[in-house]
Amino acid sequence: MTSNIVLSEVEYNVVGKRHIRPDGVDKVTGRAQYGADVQLTGLLQGRVLRSPHAHARVISIDTSAAEAHPGVFAVVTAADLPFASLTRDDLGGDYQRLKFASNHVMASDKVLFKGHPVAAVAAESQHVAEEAINLIKVDYEVIPPSMTVRQAMEPDASLLHDDLFTSELGQLSDKPSNVASHMAFEAGDIDEGIKQADVVLEREFETASVHQGYIEPHNSTAFWNTDGQLNIWTSTQGPFVVRTNVADILRHPVSRVKVTPMEIGGGFGGKITAYLEPIAALLSKKSARPVKLLMSRTEVFEASGPAPGTWMKVKLGATSEGKITAADIFLAFEAGAYPGSPVMQGAACALACYDVPNARINGYDVVVNKPKTAAYRAPGSPQAAFAVESVIDEICEQLGVDPVEFRLRNASREGVRRVEGPVFRRIGLVECLEAARNHDHYKMPLNGPNQGRGIAAGFWFNRGFQSAVNISVNPDGTVNLIEGSVDIGGSRASIAQQAAETLGIAYEDVKPTVVDTDSIGYTMVTGGSRTTFATGWAAIEAAEDVKMQMVERAAKIWDTPVEDVEYADGALSHKSDPELRMTFRELARQLLGTGGGITGASNVDPTGEGNGFGVHLVDVEVDPDTGKVTILRYTAVQDAGKAIHPSYVEGQMQGGVVQGIGWALNEEYFFNDQGQMMNSSFLDYRMPTALDLPMIDTVIVEVANPGHPYGVRGVGEVPIVPPLPAIGCAISHAIGNRINRLPANPGAVLEAMG
Amino acid sequence: MPGLVHVSTTINGNPTDFLCEPRQSLLEVLRDVLGMTGTKEGCNDGNCGACTVMFDGRIVTSCLVLGVEAQGKEISTIEGVASPEGLHPVQQAFLENAALQCGICTPGFIVAAKALLDREPDADEGRIRHWLAGNLCRCTGYDKIVRAVLDAEDKMKA
Repeated sequence: MTSNIVLSEVEYNVVGKRHIRPDGVDKVTGRAQYGADVQLTGLLQGRVLRSPHAHARVISIDTSAAEAHPGVFAVVTAADLPFASLTRDDLGGDYQRLKFASNHVMASDKVLFKGHPVAAVAAESQHVAEEAINLIKVDYEVIPPSMTVRQAMEPDASLLHDDLFTSELGQLSDKPSNVASHMAFEAGDIDEGIKQADVVLEREFETASVHQGYIEPHNSTAFWNTDGQLNIWTSTQGPFVVRTNVADILRHPVSRVKVTPMEIGGGFGGKITAYLEPIAALLSKKSARPVKLLMSRTEVFEASGPAPGTWMKVKLGATSEGKITAADIFLAFEAGAYPGSPVMQGAACALACYDVPNARINGYDVVVNKPKTAAYRAPGSPQAAFAVESVIDEICEQLGVDPVEFRLRNASREGVRRVEGPVFRRIGLVECLEAARNHDHYKMPLNGPNQGRGIAAGFWFNRGFQSAVNISVNPDGTVNLIEGSVDIGGSRASIAQQAAETLGIAYEDVKPTVVDTDSIGYTMVTGGSRTTFATGWAAIEAAEDVKMQMVERAAKIWDTPVEDVEYADGALSHKSDPELRMTFRELARQLLGTGGGITGASNVDPTGEGNGFGVHLVDVEVDPDTGKVTILRYTAVQDAGKAIHPSYVEGQMQGGVVQGIGWALNEEYFFNDQGQMMNSSFLDYRMPTALDLPMIDTVIVEVANPGHPYGVRGVGEVPIVPPLPAIGCAISHAIGNRINRLPANPGAVLEAMG
Repeated sequence: MPGLVHVSTTINGNPTDFLCEPRQSLLEVLRDVLGMTGTKEGCNDGNCGACTVMFDGRIVTSCLVLGVEAQGKEISTIEGVASPEGLHPVQQAFLENAALQCGICTPGFIVAAKALLDREPDADEGRIRHWLAGNLCRCTGYDKIVRAVLDAEDKMKA
């Protein structure tokens, strides 16, 4: 059996083929320009001074020595941010939101995590800037930190914000709290569902904070011109989001901010927040020079992105026939220093794979003294899946039901209503489960002691949001495709393929370019598995616009009504006169002499969801002496709807799996008792290397999404969801005891073995 | 400010002179002094391999080498892997096998993979995984990278 299988239902000419990506040559030769590669006349380098404490009051900041240091051009603190001179009266109901956003960029009264920015310097070189930040004197009054949700939820917990009140199912509490919000989903009658069950299991789970781990550190270059035009070059998943955030925090007109997205070295959800951009802009304004800021790897760990650590409880009931009757779930997610964990998404994903008649999910968003959490691939879903799928696995063991069979009996399918409301359209979970059961991995028995097999399913919404594409026809019959979606993993190719397919021209005849925020309509982030779906949709609509204009032009040239002209397979023809026929290329050549060039444009905001599902199989072997887990074999099955570029779909699946393996086995923020991260380097924060892994086998299932012209569902998020439970369950089977806490590093596995 | 040091070296076969501060790493010199930004910074402490270059025939992470140490040495970087005739087979194999997603680790992987195949043209999967363990990739899960290196072996023999 081959290791990469595509179960295709529909064949196209360009879509579904494995083309060379347009930006490929630049990326294998070192020519591609990433954010850190920006060079500008008079460019200064900046450094950020960060808090050494996890929780402290800022008593005073003295920047005079840094300002006097030779080679220093500007020093900024939170006092330079507009928020410092705004009052509650100025901002009204927006006060707290802007306060949190501004203080996150640079702390004013309090530092809330180790690594929280307190000041920044622009100087003639990084080394001089580094010298200068060490000359800044900050007086802190250290406060005990609250580091975990359990700690932070205690009644006498150390409070991060004295003005944060719990939003309790929509009502504000009367006492400040670290619990920012409590939300709930309910369906059916939970008590009745538990009564109907023959087996009821309740288990508790914990997962650690983990980082997205992109190899390129955050960077930002800004130039604030004397006329008020602010230009920013940065590596971001969302140039328009950066534009909005920068304009908001700096109280600057959005039209005076231009963000140029450079090539980006990984994001996974972690490169959406504007961390450095407002600071670089302030330094530039003060120095009247362009300023570049780069984070070190330690800064990346300590001050950007982690996915939340969690505390979860799951109670599931099922009949002896293997039907789930009830699910009662408690999720408490770390938000980091400011509210906004993905607990809502975790709650909505927790039971999405199953038709559960009676369910209750309570979710808590809890602030702790860690960096503010950021999105990480299917935010919230992997943790929730770890808890729910692990309990399902244990129920299967108790009932003696095959885990794939159990999931098939309960699987979500068309018409099933999710606990938070939406009803599924045509989805492919059943097909994924069947493909897993038919795979030779599933049929092949384990072949040694201390081995275990795990299986788990996972879900992500795959929503659309806004995208824009312009397509201009060149005189040689090729087209230029202008898009606002940053290309992180081959999306130039997948967007160009959809345009080429729609126009009926060759893939090589579409030249895609990603442009700045002045040059294309609003486009949401490259994230949430939305790009190939929504920007692909925009490309299809822009291509349809081109086709319509080409038909009009042919009609004009042939002096015939538009209705007589047909566009098919990249050619225009007269419906009744076979003599009148032009290829796309032939007409393209005539455009300039017959009324000017043609540009098709589209702005889309597709509603509905792609709804992606995956099912993973993993075999592990546990070393009984050391507790070390080896991944022996891994197979990921996923419904892609339609794989526009199968190689990059496989790449998303394999990459997501390996991030999940790291999350399950090794990765973890390790803090000392003062809340300081002790493993903020790639040496100590151990991500998987090539040596730790086998090949990752894939099966792409194609159950077309009825809500997309080519059936695309989006693929990037789902593959990080099943690995946590699949690996946890595989280890549990290998050692005969349950793994309910991640990471399952050697020490934890030894402990679980007892 | 510390004084600048004059360094004479060879980069990608070309005799090259530059001035640098004694505290500047070779990575900084390549990127900031010479404008050769193909070599990437991922961690600046020798753990990710994005800044991999060849230094007198040995693989090094250029963030852990000082610029002044380049005196009299032969350095080759990602910019020297392709020739006027076209891409190196390793580069071509990375393209055809979709062995890159974001591409930030790619220059380091290509320099390291080429070094392996130059000395061990028949390296098997296990050997490739061992050799490339010093280069971190967060996007691909390494599967397609390993396959690309195996494919490059075939291309180099053809």
